[in-house]
Amino acid sequence: MTASETAPNTVLKTKFSDLTRMPDARGHFGPYGGRFVSETLSFALEELEKTYFSLRDDPDFQAEFDYDLAHYVGRPSPLYHAKRWSESLGGAQIWLKREDLNHTGAHKVNNTIGQALLAKKTGKPRIIAETGAGQHGVASATVAARLGLECDIYMGAEDVQRQKLNVYRMRLLGARVIPVESGTRTLKDAMNEALRDWVTNVDNTFYIIGTVAGPHPYPLLVRDFNAVVGREARRQSLEQIGRLPDALIACVGGGSNALGLFYPFVEDDDVAMYGVEAGGDGVETGRHAAPLASNAPHGVLHGNRTYLMSDEAGQVSDTHSISAGLDYPGVGPEHALWKDVGRVKYVVANDNEVLEAFRELTHMEGIMPALESAHALAHAKVLAPTMRPDQHIVVNLSGRGDKDIMTVAKIDGIEF
Amino acid sequence: MNRIDQRFSELKQQGRKALIPYITAGDPAPQYTVGFMHALVDAGADVIELGVPFSDPMADGPVIQKACERALKQGTRLVDLMQMVKEFRQTDTTTPVVLMGYLNPIERIGYENFADQAASVGVDGVLIVDMPPEEADEIGPLLKSRDLAAIFLVAPTTSNERAATICAHGEGYLYYVSLKGVTGAATLNAEDVAEHLAPLRGMTDLPLCVGFGIRDGVTAAEVAKVADGVIVGSALVNRIAESLDAPETIAGQLKSVLAEMRTAMDA
Ligand SMILES: Cc1ncc(COP(=O)(O)O)c(C=O)c1O
Repeated sequence: MTASETAPNTVLKTKFSDLTRMPDARGHFGPYGGRFVSETLSFALEELEKTYFSLRDDPDFQAEFDYDLAHYVGRPSPLYHAKRWSESLGGAQIWLKREDLNHTGAHKVNNTIGQALLAKKTGKPRIIAETGAGQHGVASATVAARLGLECDIYMGAEDVQRQKLNVYRMRLLGARVIPVESGTRTLKDAMNEALRDWVTNVDNTFYIIGTVAGPHPYPLLVRDFNAVVGREARRQSLEQIGRLPDALIACVGGGSNALGLFYPFVEDDDVAMYGVEAGGDGVETGRHAAPLASNAPHGVLHGNRTYLMSDEAGQVSDTHSISAGLDYPGVGPEHALWKDVGRVKYVVANDNEVLEAFRELTHMEGIMPALESAHALAHAKVLAPTMRPDQHIVVNLSGRGDKDIMTVAKIDGIEF
Repeated sequence: MNRIDQRFSELKQQGRKALIPYITAGDPAPQYTVGFMHALVDAGADVIELGVPFSDPMADGPVIQKACERALKQGTRLVDLMQMVKEFRQTDTTTPVVLMGYLNPIERIGYENFADQAASVGVDGVLIVDMPPEEADEIGPLLKSRDLAAIFLVAPTTSNERAATICAHGEGYLYYVSLKGVTGAATLNAEDVAEHLAPLRGMTDLPLCVGFGIRDGVTAAEVAKVADGVIVGSALVNRIAESLDAPETIAGQLKSVLAEMRTAMDA
């Protein structure tokens, strides 16, 4: 299936090649994105935008970023041919982009390395971050430790419970983890609280947002910092497969690992792309976190306009997912546009399918994926058998599953 | 003339400063809100800011967050606020009412629908916390054509360049946020506020009203010396929070908190 065939009745006139020129000067991706913040933060965002644009094409900055990615993160991450699993599925060849092998265990660190360099340039002595699964929190605490910055991490109280291991990791790294008791006590509430902190301490604090959401310029810079994933995958595909893959699959919470993989392929019309959202108990039950696949209404939250799960009165909905990192009612604005123009097909994997994929990869390849990444694997299980053995799928294995062992054990009825 | 402009021109003639209370609609339950509004007017309110409860009030501290939670638990929706204003207008046709809240509930019912309803029930102004003028292209003209004032915030971090843009777009009054922080934070510094208001005077004729951090008669009077209006929210909402087991006493308490400020400001 080519990407253009997946385009529904395309509403916007945006061509795929136009997608590389987004966002516009005001941070809009078509009707999405923007900078919907209270006035106190406008200045800080303008400043961040200026700083970033002055460094974006600066060879010294890029060299520093590349150096850290190579020697601190351990890039490039391998593109691994999961032969045994591919064979058992009986269809396309599955290749795993091994972001789980990065220092700290997920793609999140690509972005925190980049933003930490920005923080260093701005001279702010303190960083804050929100976290869901704790991967972004760990990655932020890690770069803070390395640069000697004070670090406070906001985490929903429910996530503090289900990701205890990462909470302790952050504390060992010297960060303060602040449980957020308001609202639904998950990722969106952690982001609210981080924004409140930032508004109060904007003079001395750099806010490291962990995904391609938030007000402009965050969706842009988080995408840029993660695009190393797709650049490598593209090069590795040419080297190892001898051509570009037929399809890419990545899970979508806020959407940073997906955009990181997809972005460098956006103009390759023959490469189909699948973003996998959290189906939770099933989209039809309402207990999910799939704003794109469920066609949620448009809305504004955390500084940008996007597809946003909310009720008829505009109150943001409770979400549900087995994975804390996908448990978010919105999605990065660039994904919203890519959905509308049909460049990416957004689908879901339900909790039970995710667990099955988690176990299968662990058993058959000896790789334990993060539950977030297992959403992408679950869709590979669906897609691969519909394709031929001479076709190729690259799946973003965005993180490793150590942090989820407790969650899975609990489902298995095991207490430690 | 819009009721807000009317009110500020009267105040100017009288040499008085505006007292602007904020309460969250539907807190502690929708049936109380209109009564509270009348009580606030009795105590000397010149304009009422009626908060639209939102699930994710990012610019608010714990006091107003909890007020939103209480109001939402009681099912308060934007359409219910419209009914409240309509009911308020049956007996009060002169006190301006400003709806204050976040953009998403308005996005959800649609800008035009919102503007139509607001105008028809007698709303006078709209302050959307997470919508700076740059993002108001679409809703701005819809408000303007219905004589609804688009009120914007100016913060201590706002550059002069931005302030000029905000002044050019603003209507009704300018809401100066007295401190870096969320609502209900404690440390307003009146000298600091005066310093920030001075350049704004050169940019606009809009009345300059100050909110965040005003908790009692003393702070209200201090701010009234340098500003055209004083906005008080968390100090009132706190009273509601403390009296949930005796809601019938709340209107009286709101009245006495506000009356103390009125007296201090007018002294
Ligand atoms: C391993 C992993 N993958 C994916 C995500 C989801 O984030 P995003 O959609 O921004 O990649 C998370 C978030 O915590 C994560 O930890």
